[in-house]
Amino acid sequence: MGDKGRQRRIEPRDGGPDMVQLVTPEGERVSDERYDAIADALTTADLQGFYRDMVLVRRIDNEATALQRQGELGLWAPCLGQEAAQVGSGRALRAQDFAFPTYREHGVAWCRGVDPLNLLGMFRGVHNGGWDPFEKNFHLYTIIIGAQTLHATGYAMGVQRDGAVGTRDPDRDTAVIAYFGDGASAQGDVGEAFVFSGVMNAPVVFFCQNNQWAISEPNERQMRVPIYLRPKGYGFPGIRVDGNDVLATYAVTKACLDAARDGQGPSLVEAFTYRMGAHTTSDDPTKYRVSAEVEVWKLRDPIERLRTLLGRAHGIPTAFFAECEEEADSVGADLRARCLALPDPTPESMFAHVYAAPHPVMDAERAALTEYLASFEGAH
Amino acid sequence: MATEHLTSPDALPQGAGGPLMRSMTMAKALNAALRAALERDPKVVLMGEDIGKLGGVFRITEGPQKDFGEDRVIDTPLAEAGIVATAIGMALRGYRPVVEIQFDGFVYPAFDHIVSQVAKLHARSLGNVGLPMVIRIPVGGGIGAVEHHSESNEAYFAHTAGLRVVSCSNPDDAYWMLQEAIEHPDPIMFYEPKRRYWDKGDVGAAPQRDLFRANVIRPGTDVTVLAYGPMVRSCLQAARAAEEEGISLEVVDLRSLTPLDTEAIYGSVRKTGRCVVVHEAPTFLGLGAELAAQIQQECFYSLEAPVLRVGGYNVPYPPSRVEEEYLPDLDRVLDAVDRSLAH
Repeated sequence: MGDKGRQRRIEPRDGGPDMVQLVTPEGERVSDERYDAIADALTTADLQGFYRDMVLVRRIDNEATALQRQGELGLWAPCLGQEAAQVGSGRALRAQDFAFPTYREHGVAWCRGVDPLNLLGMFRGVHNGGWDPFEKNFHLYTIIIGAQTLHATGYAMGVQRDGAVGTRDPDRDTAVIAYFGDGASAQGDVGEAFVFSGVMNAPVVFFCQNNQWAISEPNERQMRVPIYLRPKGYGFPGIRVDGNDVLATYAVTKACLDAARDGQGPSLVEAFTYRMGAHTTSDDPTKYRVSAEVEVWKLRDPIERLRTLLGRAHGIPTAFFAECEEEADSVGADLRARCLALPDPTPESMFAHVYAAPHPVMDAERAALTEYLASFEGAH
Repeated sequence: MATEHLTSPDALPQGAGGPLMRSMTMAKALNAALRAALERDPKVVLMGEDIGKLGGVFRITEGPQKDFGEDRVIDTPLAEAGIVATAIGMALRGYRPVVEIQFDGFVYPAFDHIVSQVAKLHARSLGNVGLPMVIRIPVGGGIGAVEHHSESNEAYFAHTAGLRVVSCSNPDDAYWMLQEAIEHPDPIMFYEPKRRYWDKGDVGAAPQRDLFRANVIRPGTDVTVLAYGPMVRSCLQAARAAEEEGISLEVVDLRSLTPLDTEAIYGSVRKTGRCVVVHEAPTFLGLGAELAAQIQQECFYSLEAPVLRVGGYNVPYPPSRVEEEYLPDLDRVLDAVDRSLAH
């Protein structure tokens, strides 16, 4: 087939006519009658909240990237550019809902109330994901691509068996959201999650952030048809939304979560967005994508467009935006200080939680390590 | 539905002091154990391919779906990764899934979830996430099956920290071990020797025992024979044959492959001074390799002979017409015993 079979993308795509958008990149509110009611129910204060969330998330993300560059984190997976997709979907969740993230859902973690120090601790190497998932109903970051879509489906099957679907009790009915990326859409696990959730009618929303790049491979290497069309073959709806539009992302995700809680089964949201930064801090995107593409997406920045909307249509004064920046500075500095103060785990801690019940090999090896380490004491 | 399962001929009747003793096949004993677990804990769910109306290809789950409903005995789509991984999600929601893998060779699509998630979530979450789940695998050959239906893959999982691996060898152990495994807080790989499914034995006599304790199933003085799963019966046959030649074999049923009951193992080897390890799995990097290493390290001055291994050859499981040559049997065990005694 050779080069003839390859589609080289010169101009960045715009998401096409099926993409739900409520705020244009220029910050203008546009109508979509399917989702206007949900969007219009939001107060100006809600929108200011979204803005603050996105600014703080970007700052946390940038602080973490800087910490990695300074050698304080082993790695970081930036969510730069994806703040609207994450905050819009994260804020659509209810307390009883459960989120299954990849390793890039820093904005969702923020919305769930997970201390970002937990995320940094993982990338610093002091633990492998040490927070309690049940405290904020936010599962541990899953590094194996796509695996969490099946965990989410199983969790949703449990929700069904608990009778927490379709009761119309807003505090009881529960939805599950499974985050994944365009790269993960190629994984068999994701296909199996679609099969299981469809067959079981499980209350799960698959939330794909299509950030256009799976490390160095573009969409064309992961799929032949857009992700939002794929669920048709599995028997549930798929919707493409402008992932850089926090209002649209919120509205579409909320509609899907409501349907799931109501017992209408799974759905898929493809948030059409862009990974403005590297895949991780170990990556070099200049080797595989052109800067012109990045420049085009800069014009679609999720924070700028909401700022414009808030200023023009809602009369929010510049002082509010300055306050958000000040708060971001403070959150960033605090996070940095707490990250640097994170204690290293003791060597013996590696044995602590391998098993829930006592295990003789853990006991023996821990004792041997302690004894070995003690043999160096006083050696100098 | 409420009382039907209590009067089912498959269920083990309850006496004043617990289950009454009854002779039954291992398949029936496993079925009774699953019923008891479903009865005892409403969070227990069974998941697998064809486990509902059909009762599983080995009929281990025959009946429970009728009695406990489709929500608790779940016929899953035919995808092992999906089965194990949705079971993980069910466990996260507070359920205790018991997964059936249809045949040993079908577990590999789920390997990633078992090794990367099931085994690691408790450690990854610093103890915040428990995964009390059991993955049942009919294991081993000797039934004339086609490829991928006769494998012994326990070493892959025994090699993985975070998992516990056990194997039953007789109906009574099958009955209590499976119930113990389901109640245990850690994930457990539960290996069922498929060619012993139809062996009969008394079930219900034993009080609940420690899942991780080996069983000196036949005491002896000359050579320790360590075995588990399908090989235990073969080793007992070997012991009876050896006795006629005046050789006393001590047969130890390991039951648990990880953790190993080293106290029982070392105790036996220190007594006899000789050890033969027997399993169906290939010997190279099999459980016998680990046992030989540990035994030579801990029982060095008690040993009269090197620890010897009897196992499958280091080839893909062969076509069934030659599996009798591949599988260790009485004669190959006795051959190893002779070689041990020659030292």
